[in-house]
Amino acid sequence: MVKFNSEYSHADVTPKSYWLNRRKLMMGGAGAVLASPFAGSVLGKAFPSPIASPYSIDQEPHSFEDITTYNNFYEFGTRKGDPAKHAHNLTTEPWSVKIDGLCDNPGEYSVHELIEKYSVEERIYRLRCVEAWSMVVPWIGFELGKLIEDSLPDSKAKFVAFETLVRPEEMVGQRSGFLDWPYREGLRLDEAMNPLSILSVGLYGELMPNQNGAPIRLVVPWKYGFKSIKSIVKITFTEEMPPTTWNDQNPREYGFYSNVNPNVSHPRWSQAAERVIGTGLFAKKIPTLMFNGYEEHVAHLYEGMDLAENY
Amino acid sequence: MAYSQRINGWLRKLPAWPLYFLLPIPGIYTFVLALLNQLGPDPLYELIRTFGERGLQLIILTLLISPIRRWTGVSLLKFRRAIGLVSFYYICGHMLVWIAIDQGWNINTIIEEIIKRPFITVGMFGFLTMVPLAITSNNYSIRKLGALVWNKIHRLVYLAGAAGVIHYLLVVKAWPMEPIVYTLIVALLLAIRVWWKINKKKKKPA
Repeated sequence: MVKFNSEYSHADVTPKSYWLNRRKLMMGGAGAVLASPFAGSVLGKAFPSPIASPYSIDQEPHSFEDITTYNNFYEFGTRKGDPAKHAHNLTTEPWSVKIDGLCDNPGEYSVHELIEKYSVEERIYRLRCVEAWSMVVPWIGFELGKLIEDSLPDSKAKFVAFETLVRPEEMVGQRSGFLDWPYREGLRLDEAMNPLSILSVGLYGELMPNQNGAPIRLVVPWKYGFKSIKSIVKITFTEEMPPTTWNDQNPREYGFYSNVNPNVSHPRWSQAAERVIGTGLFAKKIPTLMFNGYEEHVAHLYEGMDLAENY
Repeated sequence: MAYSQRINGWLRKLPAWPLYFLLPIPGIYTFVLALLNQLGPDPLYELIRTFGERGLQLIILTLLISPIRRWTGVSLLKFRRAIGLVSFYYICGHMLVWIAIDQGWNINTIIEEIIKRPFITVGMFGFLTMVPLAITSNNYSIRKLGALVWNKIHRLVYLAGAAGVIHYLLVVKAWPMEPIVYTLIVALLLAIRVWWKINKKKKKPA
């Protein structure tokens, strides 16, 4: 297991420019700019020199354009380009995340507070979508486990449930009922405590673009992309396995665990290989790795479990 | 009827052959964009989807021609063959891109996929129903087969349309708009045929 010891003080990890930018923007009354997905780039990067992490993979990330124009975020439509087209309507300021359920220290925090409290670092992770495509994303975020520890889950808590914002006025996809809103996701508590699990607040040193799940989203890189729930407003500790959106929609196709697994095919397509986004029409597919290549960090979580049954 | 007669007069002067060149243009354009890597970050998926959707749109167009004629008197019959054939070209392209680029001509996995994945099974079935249509879409075949048999064969287009929308519904996650809309349109167009048939039978004994 890699151990991560930061020699940096808190001031180093919460970039001052982040706050400065915010203030400048607010003083200018530039609400529109702030709401723009590229707000960070208007006045320099929000996280200009994020700390590197030993959990990052040694791979060139995809371009900012690929990452921000091609993804699923059904709250803004079902096509890959829809989030980039419609997410600018989302107001992400103010925003708070409520922590409740089986814990001794529930609370409600703004994203600013969370960024101030926990050290953000850069995590360059593989992202493998259940639709058999993949990319590499340089997320900025902090370990979910730290927030969980501070929330003091009690001994009955076995799972962590997450919920996305519901605001159909700004999220056009939510005006249709093709999924049951709010979008819900969940992890087993030990999965959530794994150091790979992060709450991400940005990418490429910028604040999280709206279409990628601003202002705060989960990233669990060894699971299919849909587990990494976006635009989170609520985190709840539960005793029972919480209901999750895709599992509810089609339990045969989307399991609660949804770990990346090349040996267990989706009922409608193979998961053995993946198309790497942005590599052109004739690029060869690459073989999909067990747990998306994070086997050494997470395999122990599933010891003795039948992964074909618990897909 | 006066208007429809006038429109039919104009339509008579229009040749059908340019459709063989005009209708494929959007597809060729998409293909060129894919080759130039201008089709977004996932050109393969986009290309397959576009070809399939265009094919389905043209199949729907051929199914619209009879109802338009019955209800408005405007006859687009002379264009139907071209539209139908180009829809077949699009579906061929849709399948070829999947076979050649997505599956890389790997015959074993292609066969396995066709058997194992219902949406591919249905898609392949839809394609097969279109083959006899394409082969007999010429005047020689009509003469050779006789109008009655030829018409019967060409009812296969109903199966092709149904297979097309079922294939689309099966391939997507959840319930996005487009496949639902196409399904409703095809269902309506097929229901109209059933309705006509029922009415015809009712009238016969009289």
